[in-house]
Amino acid sequence: MSGTDIGFWGVPLAMFAGAIRVSTPFLFVSLGECLTEKSGRINLGLEGTLVFGAMSGYAVSYLTGSPWLGVLAAGISGMFFGAIHGYICKLPKVNDIAIGIAMMLFGTGLAFFFGKPFIQPQAPHLPSINLGGWSDYPQIQSALEINPLFLVGAVLAVAMWWAFKNTRWGLIIRMTGDSAPAALAMGYSVDLVRFLATTVGGFFAGVGGAFLSLYYPGAWSEGLSSGQGLMAVALVIFSRWNPLLCFGAALLFGAAGAIGPALQSVGITQGYYFFNAAPYLLTLFIMIASVSPKRSLKGAPGELSITK
Amino acid sequence: MVDIAQQDAAPAISGGFAEALDRVRRSSEYVVIPLFALLVAGLLFSIFLLALGQSPGTFFALLWRGGFGTGFSWQNTLVRAAPLILTALCVAIPARLGLVIIGGEGALVLGGFAAAVASIPLVHAGAPSFVVLPVMCLCAIAVGGLWIGLVGVLRHYRGINETIASLLMSYIAIAIMNFFVEGALRDPANPNKPSTQAIGEANMIGDVPGLGVHWGLPVGIVVAILLWVLMNRTTFGFAARVTGGNVRAARAQGLPVGRLIVISCAIAGACAGLAGFFEVAAIQGKANASLAAGYGFTGILVAFLARQNPLAIVPVAIFLGGIAAAGGLIQRRMGMPDATVQVLQGLMFVVLLVSETLYGRLPIFRAKGDKR
Repeated sequence: MSGTDIGFWGVPLAMFAGAIRVSTPFLFVSLGECLTEKSGRINLGLEGTLVFGAMSGYAVSYLTGSPWLGVLAAGISGMFFGAIHGYICKLPKVNDIAIGIAMMLFGTGLAFFFGKPFIQPQAPHLPSINLGGWSDYPQIQSALEINPLFLVGAVLAVAMWWAFKNTRWGLIIRMTGDSAPAALAMGYSVDLVRFLATTVGGFFAGVGGAFLSLYYPGAWSEGLSSGQGLMAVALVIFSRWNPLLCFGAALLFGAAGAIGPALQSVGITQGYYFFNAAPYLLTLFIMIASVSPKRSLKGAPGELSITK
Repeated sequence: MVDIAQQDAAPAISGGFAEALDRVRRSSEYVVIPLFALLVAGLLFSIFLLALGQSPGTFFALLWRGGFGTGFSWQNTLVRAAPLILTALCVAIPARLGLVIIGGEGALVLGGFAAAVASIPLVHAGAPSFVVLPVMCLCAIAVGGLWIGLVGVLRHYRGINETIASLLMSYIAIAIMNFFVEGALRDPANPNKPSTQAIGEANMIGDVPGLGVHWGLPVGIVVAILLWVLMNRTTFGFAARVTGGNVRAARAQGLPVGRLIVISCAIAGACAGLAGFFEVAAIQGKANASLAAGYGFTGILVAFLARQNPLAIVPVAIFLGGIAAAGGLIQRRMGMPDATVQVLQGLMFVVLLVSETLYGRLPIFRAKGDKR
């Protein structure tokens, strides 16, 4: 094993590996949230969707033996949650932020309820693509083991960025988000566009949850997600509703989340809990740095209640 | 709303009694609709149980027995209601200013932790409990108040969404407690579960005589009444409600919007911190991970169910405390997961928010002649 000990270089390397590994759920949830928010609505319930997606993905993967079916099931259940949220929010006088909180509690409750029998069993994991075969260092090899979902997410980010700019649907979504009267005047149903955007956004968040339980950390437990879904909402604000920046921000958050385990792997266990809080602190500081009460944010959808 | 005011004048001829009755009928909307929402949630949950092959009859019977059926279950219910009153106030007070704060859990945990930490040197010095407890209590209130007060500062001076910020800070609060409890402040005498040093039997808050419930319950009720007076009968409360109704109008009137926001948030955090103090001083005896038991999150539901009214929070907290108290019995008797109660609560929350859409749309609650 001589020559494989890379000492403290392991920390940045592990953070790089973590950025790729931990970022995927952030990426999917933030893309889903980005789509929903672009249409002028906010879904704070994606945390619940993420947890329920993680549970249903794991359960289906365990019962059918196919992790990809699990991912699909997670997406569909996420879609279901998104559809409920989207439907309720179109009723008059209903507050979308409060509904989000309720759906978050309801989703996690349901996930814990149905997930009890799946805490023990081991479900088949998603396969990974090994890009690090050229290296002798096991650390580099493990860092370059990339999950296909990460690549899917990256492609999705680019596709969404392109679609918002260049397609008819992208324009409709942006218009509904910026000015409901304008969309109405053009003859589009604001409620329908937002309903669809929330539903598809829920699908993405569910897939993000499946990644948590089927790849990394790779098992279903009740403490699986701790606020990733909510951090993703903050992340969308930070990336100014731009899917490409969402991708970058997700990588940054992944790296922050990997600090604790990375330091632990080189023997620094002091302050483990402190470093675990790094992503939350990072989110808070980023929000402090990037939001201002004096001016409205560039790129912010005009109808969004959170920036009003 | 102008038309309602005009129509009020018309039926006044029919006498004071009829008018009073009419007012009761119209304001009963705020009681009838939430009750109706609870009923619908119960029905939906029954369908959920039937789909799983469980009997809703057994479930609700156990819910009644475990929550309100016996003296023991009442005791259990009230012990849970005590922190719920305070964490619900943490949501309800900022809600009057139009803020949705959901980080009560963090303020509770950090307040309880601060109380436990403050007790350590005093217990070592052998201070009597009438010194230890007030110091603990003040620390908990101060830390809780600062914690949520900071959310208010971020909201007003940096424009950061208070919902997201408060929840993020609640994760940070739990991490701070774990960091110290598993590290520097860990009690070596307690190897199994990382905790701070116990505050000692002599410093524990006892029960209210004859009730079997600790003093947190009466204190919570008194705080709720005081805050109701503050929000409904003082200029501060009036200014806060104006701000919640329309920030621009409040600014135009020269109200100190920023100060109102920060003070209300600090009051809210102080309530949650007080809940943490009672959890430490009356239940746990030390600070550990059990403090994050979800009271902060159930408190959100309590506040919304009570329509952010501090007085209504007391019965609603007892009601939801009862549901939580019955969880164990339901789990044992029906073989259902402990998350069952959480599903019911989540369902109640969603249905309740959906019912908001009914306000002002049902003819029976409208003023006479108001045809919308």
